[in-house]
Amino acid sequence: MTDAPLLKVNAVSKFYGQRIGCKEVSFDLWPGEVLAIVGESGSGKTTLLNCISTRLLPTTGSVEYTMRDGSVRDLYHMSEAERRFLMRTDWGFVHQNPADGLRMTVSAGANVGERLMAVGNRHYGNIRATASDWLTRVEISKDRIDDAPRAFSGGMRQRLQIARNLVTGPRLVFMDEPTGGLDVSVQARLLDLVRGLVNDLGLSAIIVTHDLAVARLLSHRMMVMKDGHVIEHGLTDRVLDDPREPYTQLLVSSILQV
Amino acid sequence: MATSLVVSEVFKSFTMHLRDGIKLPVVKDVNFSVASGECIVLGGPSGIGKSSILKMLYGNYAVDAGQILVSHHGRIVDIATADPRTVLDVRRHTLGYVSQFLRTVPRVSALDVVAEPLVARGVVAEEARQSASALLSQLNLPKELWGLPPATFSGGEQQRVNIARGFITDHSILLLDEPTASLDARNRRVVVEMIAEKKQKGVALLGIFHDEEVREAVAGRILDVMQFSPRKAAA
Repeated sequence: MTDAPLLKVNAVSKFYGQRIGCKEVSFDLWPGEVLAIVGESGSGKTTLLNCISTRLLPTTGSVEYTMRDGSVRDLYHMSEAERRFLMRTDWGFVHQNPADGLRMTVSAGANVGERLMAVGNRHYGNIRATASDWLTRVEISKDRIDDAPRAFSGGMRQRLQIARNLVTGPRLVFMDEPTGGLDVSVQARLLDLVRGLVNDLGLSAIIVTHDLAVARLLSHRMMVMKDGHVIEHGLTDRVLDDPREPYTQLLVSSILQV
Repeated sequence: MATSLVVSEVFKSFTMHLRDGIKLPVVKDVNFSVASGECIVLGGPSGIGKSSILKMLYGNYAVDAGQILVSHHGRIVDIATADPRTVLDVRRHTLGYVSQFLRTVPRVSALDVVAEPLVARGVVAEEARQSASALLSQLNLPKELWGLPPATFSGGEQQRVNIARGFITDHSILLLDEPTASLDARNRRVVVEMIAEKKQKGVALLGIFHDEEVREAVAGRILDVMQFSPRKAAA
């Protein structure tokens, strides 16, 4: 156990005019911890994720992040350039739609290599070798390295997006419905892959999902959101096995048994 | 003998919000302790709250009131109020749990499922697999199965994988929820031996065993859960 949280979220709220996006959300995320944010569409999960990852500025609140050198920085008081650098190197963001996170017109190898160049790699041979190694890790055959993601299936695109995000050895990865829109067999493979990578690399992750099975498999801790508020929060198996709030009970009881 | 686990004045009920908020009492005023090297068996009919007690101790169920004190890394942790991160650390190092059913993860081999708790503690993968192999052979799981994901295994085979996974570490407290339910006589005896070994090493064990032969063989003391049942008072 390290004794400093990686991320400290303090009373983050986001209003869209009069409407609440998310309200007064606070939590700590520790190194190596995977947090799932669950709730139905429109509950504010993605708004919260976007606020924490600084893709969206909240109306009020602050987020502190422990940098690699141990210093603690307030994310909303960083310069745009610093934030962008953080996003390109120390963080990953896996979008629900791979087309939002990939460059669809350049090759798979270049998609992975671009993030490496952002952290200063210049040797073409090394970049290509690392890219090729990462394609293998996400189970994409090496001979597809020169193909553009357009020529890939949905599941392959999602795996490529994950490789692109993890190649720089980030410490924190944000995922927005990473398995949404994939069919179940592809989902299982992706989940298993993500689970393995998170364990091996000791990543911290915040995963937004409406799928409780995904949360069960990947996360240590879970936050349940409704109408912009966090209504329940705890160990993932505690929240799922002994839900306390009416809405959480509804969510859990709505899972279809196969 | 050191006391590893103390349960004090624990109350638990479920509130069913989807059923007009009816309250189902589960247990009340649960008090007991388990010492190092001791195996206590929870007794009583089905539905009396035995599994619920184990789940509360493991942090799977929240408790309404009371304390669940575990000696963890030389200090006392109250599972009932500890934050998720502490509970996870207690599970990783101190408190083990063998559930009735194995929750299988797609594509992970039986050997790796068993080795995982050691790997999670930082043991090198190769070394962890060796310990896993030793346990799986002790439990007579055919070697051809070791490399396969347990999803397709029979009930008894899955249960043996589950037992191996629970017994691989040197956790100082082990919770066992009917670990022998779907095993044949030969493998039940192996489990009885494994429990005896754990006792010898000073592990505190708390279990549910419906099989009388096993219960006789392992129980130092039987704790009747009926005394904690709120239904008794109502009746």
